[in-house]
Formats: sequence, structure tokens, C-alpha cells
Amino acid sequence: MRNRVVVTGLGVVSPNGVGVPAFLEAIETGKSGITFHQELADLKFACQVGGIPPVTEAHKQQYFTDLQLRGLNSSGIIYGVMAGMEAWHNAGLPTATDEPDWDSGIIFGTGMLSVDKFRESIYKVDEGQVRRLGSTVVLQIMTSGVSAYLTGMTGCGNQISANSSACATGTEALLLAYERIASGSAKRMLAGSCSDHGPYIWGGFDAMRVLPYQYNEDPERASRPLSASASGFVPGSGAGALVLESLESAQERKATIYAEVLGGHMNSGGQRAGGTMTAPNPVAVRKCIETALVQAGVRADEVDVIDGHLTATIKDPAEVTAWCEALQRQGGDFPYVNSLKSMVGHCLSAAGSIECVASVLELYNGFIYPSINSEDSHPDISAQIDVSRIPQQSIRKEITIIAKANFGFGDVNACILLKKFLA
Amino acid sequence: MQTKDELITALKTIVKPYVQDEQAFEHVTEATDFIRDLKINSANLVDIALDVEEAYDIEIDNESMEKMLTVGTAIDIIQEKLAAK
Repeated sequence: MRNRVVVTGLGVVSPNGVGVPAFLEAIETGKSGITFHQELADLKFACQVGGIPPVTEAHKQQYFTDLQLRGLNSSGIIYGVMAGMEAWHNAGLPTATDEPDWDSGIIFGTGMLSVDKFRESIYKVDEGQVRRLGSTVVLQIMTSGVSAYLTGMTGCGNQISANSSACATGTEALLLAYERIASGSAKRMLAGSCSDHGPYIWGGFDAMRVLPYQYNEDPERASRPLSASASGFVPGSGAGALVLESLESAQERKATIYAEVLGGHMNSGGQRAGGTMTAPNPVAVRKCIETALVQAGVRADEVDVIDGHLTATIKDPAEVTAWCEALQRQGGDFPYVNSLKSMVGHCLSAAGSIECVASVLELYNGFIYPSINSEDSHPDISAQIDVSRIPQQSIRKEITIIAKANFGFGDVNACILLKKFLA
Repeated sequence: MQTKDELITALKTIVKPYVQDEQAFEHVTEATDFIRDLKINSANLVDIALDVEEAYDIEIDNESMEKMLTVGTAIDIIQEKLAAK
């Protein structure tokens, strides 16, 4: 007997809103979080726009002690801890005192953590100053850094881990946490992911020429998923976190239930048949969605909304094709489809979790957020689906099922099915 | 050179950010143990040593650091290193 799994806590640090209330307002109104960054211009980046969450010193003081802030040089840890603790408090969960909470665990993924701390350390080591690194380097640059910080803050005593699967990381974290609760190994899991910001994370993508360079003077228009004028993804950063919980535990606690996780699937195209290190095997994408539907017990015609991966590269039309084939739906019969990246950019390893928070907010609050900058839909997309399926403005509407997917470098895929919770 | 009392006062300023037991910190003596009494995380002893090095422009070798577990031993080491300068 598998446990039903529900979402009882949300936390988010996004370029267009820090904290769930600000983020909800931003995505309802289609507010962009993309801005110009002089630092990128000074460093001769072609793409000088990006998404950086407006985190203040007051935010940091709220979540970290003075000692924890000493020597902390990691945007990823700041974002991850803020989102994680917001979700934990939002779920109404206590912080364990002397006894760890054996039934609660954490899976908090990232792509690479604390690149700024790494840089600082590399300079010291190269100068022969290894002994002056102090005690804070390892804790910040280890991939499991955020889950380690969150463990200390919450007292969680179940599985504590960090996953990594490029831009699928956040959605994968959720599916791993879902599985742990469904199988009965934990009652609650704090699941999420984060990504550092800045030139050392984004430079490699700029060098690959997959970022747009035409919008440095018009940053809010730069991220254009589904659009004919899309010319690359805008780099973003931040963190999202969700508390997943067995339905039984949530009901016992009388917790607010934001949505139910029905299941999902993860796979890889093996870098075969069109799949490469950087491009997905289209068959694998289709199979991932199809299998996710089966695992979740959802019929293709029940899907109301697709919160796509849709990065604003030349791969957007292929993603739409995969959805059309997997769902066997097209034209006016296609579900509504949107991309949060239109507002926040591609938050890389944080994308999946920030976007899943947005999906849960859509279900709980009954709306579909707009996919901004898509007024000139790509002809290869409008040939497959009716453009009315791409919301230009927020749509107020009760929705029942959202399919959310993310795809990552290495040819990896993750798809999750979320449902409005009906008591 | 600073007197012992002055050194204790200066050391308290250096140690303060790492202290987890504020009450014990109010009553620091030479016998106060950094880990046992002030509940300082053992990993932070490295950071305290670095902060001391910076404040006094001295170098605390590994052997000295291993002995630097109480306020008293820390003062002894600082005085010894300053004298050797």
C-alpha cells in the first residue's frame, strides 16, 4: 500500500519575488525579474541580463546567525536556506529540540554550489595560503551544503541528501522525495534546489552562445519562450522548496494542503537518436511524459495545464511536439501551456523547484500565469497548437491537473503530475 | 606589550562571534575552555587562530594550535609568539 503524498509547505527565492506572497503576486501579474547587470557588461559578456533575486541584508539576518554569515560567500546557500526554511515554517513544522525528527528528511539539489567561495579559495590556495582558508570552505562548496545547513536548522533526522541532474535537478528532487514518502520510508521530506548567480556560473553558457545578446537594453523582453524572436535563454538563479508529506501525516496535523503529488517519471535519452550532451533525444522526452502519466494514473485528456521546460531556445518547438505526441492532443485541444522562464529566466538547477512552486500556487489559487513575451508565437509552435492555449495574461480558472517537466544537459528528463487537492 | 588582563579583553573580542554560551562568556577566566565552557564548535577553533594571527601579526603553528584550547593557553601562546618576534 503506497502512501498518498501532498504538498504542505512552500518557499521560494525568485528573481521576480522573494518569499511566496511576493512571488505569487509577481506571477499573477506577469512581472519580469530580469535586469541588466553592469558586472556582466564589464566582463564583456554578450548577454548582460540575468535573473537575480532581490535578497536584502535584512533577509539574511532573518535566516542566518551572525556566526553563520561570517565568511559566507555563496548566493546558492543563501537562496537555498531561505527557501527551505520558508517552506518548513509555512508547513507549520517545528524545529526539533534535542531529539532529531526521525520521520522528516531533506533532498536539496544543486548544479554546483558556492562558486564565489570556490573562487576565493582557489586564489588563497594558489598564493600558498591554504592554511588561511579557515573552517568555512568545505561546508559551503560541498554539493550537499544546503541540505546540511537545513538539517541543523530544522533538526531533520531522516534521509539528508543532495541530488544533481543539471536543469532537471529541482523536479528530480521532488520526485525522489515523493518516492521516499510513498514507499513509507519517511513521513515528511523538504525537497528543493538552488542555483548560485553570477559570471562564473553563467560564463560557460555565454561562451556556448546559447544566451540572448540582443536585449541588453531591454532586459524584461529578453526571455521569450515559445516566441518566434526567442534567441536563447536568460540565465537566472534562486531557489524553490516544497514540504512533501504523507496525506495521513498532513491530516493528523491539520496542515494546509496546497496540492497532491500524483507521481511522475525520470529517464534519459542515452544521448542517442538525436540526444546529445546538450540536446534531448525527443523519443525519451515523449516517453518520460507518457510514463509519468501512467505512474500518476492520469489520462492525457485530464491534463489542464502544461508548465513546460521551454527555455526560449530553438528547442521550444521540439518540446511542444513531444507534448503533442505524448498527450495525443493538438490544436485547440492542447492544454494551456506556459513557461515561468519568461519572467525569471532559466534558473538552471533551481528551475525545477521554483517552477514547481509556481505550479502548486496555480492549483491552490485557481489561475494560470501568463507566458510573457510570447505574443509573436513561433511558427513551428502555432502550426501544432492553437495560440489561444498560450496565456498572454493571467487566466483566473479552477484547474485540476498540471503536468510539469524539466530537461537537462546530459540528456536527462523529469516529469511530475500535480493535482488540486480535494478533501 | 599588553598586560594579561588586556590580552584577555582583546581575546574576548576575537572569540565573541563564535561563542554559543553567552552566560559562560560573561564570566571568562584563564581556565575557561573554548569548547566545553563557551560551546564553541571545534571547527571554529581554526578560525579563532586565524583571527588571532591577524590581530597580532603572528603565526600560530599546528603544534601551538593543538594546545590552544583554553583562554589561558591561548594567552600563553600569544605572549610566547610576540616575545619571539
